[in-house]
Amino acid sequence: MLIIKNLHAEVEEKQILKGINLEVKAGEVHAIMGPNGSGKSSLASVLAGRESYQVTQGEVKFHGKDLLDMSPEDRAREGLFLAFQYPIEIPGVSNVNFLKTALAEIRQYRGLPPLEAKEFLKLSREKQKLVEFDAQLVNRSLNEGFSGGEKKRNEIFQLAMLEPSLAILDETDSGLDIDALRIVSQGVNKLRSKDNAFIIITHYQRLLEYIVPDFVHVLYNGRIVKSGTKDLALELEEKGYDWLKEEAREKAESI
Amino acid sequence: MGNDNEIIDNIANKEYEFGFVTDIEMDILPAGLNEDTIRYISEKKKEPEWLLEWRLKGFQAFRKQKLPEWQNFTLPSIDFQKISYYAAPRNKKKYNSLDEVDPELLATFEKLGIPLSEQKALAGVAVDAVFDSISVATTYKEKLKELGIIFCSFGEAVQEHPELVKKYVGSVVPYSDNIFAALNAAVFSDGSFVYIPKGVRCPMELSTYFRINTENTGQFERTLIIADEGSYVSYLEGCTAPMRDENQLHAAVVELIAMGNAEIKYSTVQNWYPGDKDGKGGIYNFVTKRGICKGDNAKISWTQVETGSAITWKYPSVILQGDNSTGEFYSVAVTRNKQIADTGTKMHHIGRNTRSRIISKGISAGEGQNSYRGLVQIGPKADEARNFTQCDSLLIGDRCGAHTFPYIESKNNSATVEHEATTSKIGEDQIFYLNARGIDSEKAVALIINGYVREVLNQLPMEFAVEAQKLLSITLEGSVG
Repeated sequence: MLIIKNLHAEVEEKQILKGINLEVKAGEVHAIMGPNGSGKSSLASVLAGRESYQVTQGEVKFHGKDLLDMSPEDRAREGLFLAFQYPIEIPGVSNVNFLKTALAEIRQYRGLPPLEAKEFLKLSREKQKLVEFDAQLVNRSLNEGFSGGEKKRNEIFQLAMLEPSLAILDETDSGLDIDALRIVSQGVNKLRSKDNAFIIITHYQRLLEYIVPDFVHVLYNGRIVKSGTKDLALELEEKGYDWLKEEAREKAESI
Repeated sequence: MGNDNEIIDNIANKEYEFGFVTDIEMDILPAGLNEDTIRYISEKKKEPEWLLEWRLKGFQAFRKQKLPEWQNFTLPSIDFQKISYYAAPRNKKKYNSLDEVDPELLATFEKLGIPLSEQKALAGVAVDAVFDSISVATTYKEKLKELGIIFCSFGEAVQEHPELVKKYVGSVVPYSDNIFAALNAAVFSDGSFVYIPKGVRCPMELSTYFRINTENTGQFERTLIIADEGSYVSYLEGCTAPMRDENQLHAAVVELIAMGNAEIKYSTVQNWYPGDKDGKGGIYNFVTKRGICKGDNAKISWTQVETGSAITWKYPSVILQGDNSTGEFYSVAVTRNKQIADTGTKMHHIGRNTRSRIISKGISAGEGQNSYRGLVQIGPKADEARNFTQCDSLLIGDRCGAHTFPYIESKNNSATVEHEATTSKIGEDQIFYLNARGIDSEKAVALIINGYVREVLNQLPMEFAVEAQKLLSITLEGSVG
């Protein structure tokens, strides 16, 4: 589904991704961990198409198409979804109106007519229930005055509504209390299927107790320095990142 | 910041949609302003002597006044002698029905989205169409007449209902009020007149559509609306003009009179030609609008969506004379390219327990300058008067400006006056967030803007809220290439 080859990127002329290689297949959940400033959120931003990031080398194929060649909205229409680390507030735009517009745009791209009001309402109710999203928040202005937890839960609600094939969760667990964490994780688990995939970016192993990944990758200094199964996350929890940093340094020196 | 810059550039390049010229035979008075000009207009309109005298007093007042100097923009010099003060489509006689109206004129209004034949007209909306100096057609007149409602051109009202016109014209905006009001008193050409009798709720929206067509003319219409005791009327005006390199002057006067328990809702969608991207051409929209809540429990509500004109300069105001009366002002003003909007309101609280509410939303893009200027005045007898003011400014790009000049004068200790103001910017972050959900940047900007102005658009009658929403999207269209 997603193939990243030797991806290099910079922001404000500073190299932040220095050769990422990653393949994500349908049905898989990949966790990306790593210390602060290792490039985790940058990778998410580059994949979603944030303009301030320049790709200097490498390629990314998404469903066989050149992802880097697409506008951010076309990436979303092709089925890529980024759950933001800091969801944005848009005053006066109701959550429901926003979702209706987004869904219609995505459907139009795929040659489908917009959902009728009744169908949309039905879908929205279904998904609210699925991810335990407060109905009152649906009619409020998009993220305006939402608590941190409500904003993150709104991201998961949007994810449920838009049904992307690949969802990237950028530190969705940060700032969540244990109940919100459980609700968010349950939502994600319910949305998992053999046809979609998830990339979960997180600092902590805690989230991975709820959403069990198939693969864990450690990002350090713009590169994936180690990959493994969920056991790697436990190892990191225990030992921290220092031993990996050390390993990475030795490797770099030997080259 | 590539995104923001593209937004600005694309907005700047958006063409004005209503810039065409109607080719029709016109009677045009040569440029120039003196007593003879005024006599000519008055004679052309077969006006009674008292009205001519009133015009001449207006002209005297105009000659004594100087152009204002308190504004925070440079007022271009205006040569009042280079303007023609009267231009009317040439016709042999008065139109008795729409069938007699020049098809070219009907086609013009149709093109502007204002069909005048009643079969095609918007259901529930009566329209008075004003082309340069005169009113060409008023729809649904007969139907309204059955209820005792008078809705006609100002010129017709002078002929048919002189007692009403004489009693109320200049009673809210005196001919000496300001230089542009004085000019209007001297040379006003046409406009709309509305009278709603006691206890009548006007069953349809009344609407006037103003169109400037002829080159080097000014448009000076005058609107007078009287809502008698316990009556209700909702009134809407719209306006467009062709694209021209010369600036054209529009100096209108609107007077509203609400008697006890009466309510007037006055909405404006202003889309005069704004000039090109370098600021060449466009309408100077210098308008005096004021209403008076004469009786107790009266209500006047102004809603305006201002997207056009090179310079917009107006402060629709309410004199809250009756006890418990209410004044409202809801405004969206958009400036882009080199447009200037200096707009706001004045709420004069005179009666007891009077209330006013001001919601102003400015949007600036390109090098547009947007100012809110407002006065809330609480008189010594206005016990328990209340005002709430909120003015928000939205900036698109970093070459535009937003300014706020609120004035509060309170002479009564029991009054409550609140003022809130915010300034925000459409951020790249907001646009990217919507992009990441499959919404392209152009739609994203439209969505953000519509969210921002929702509170004001909600005040417009349904059909016009939709129109205004479209107009805003068109105005700010081409946000990103």
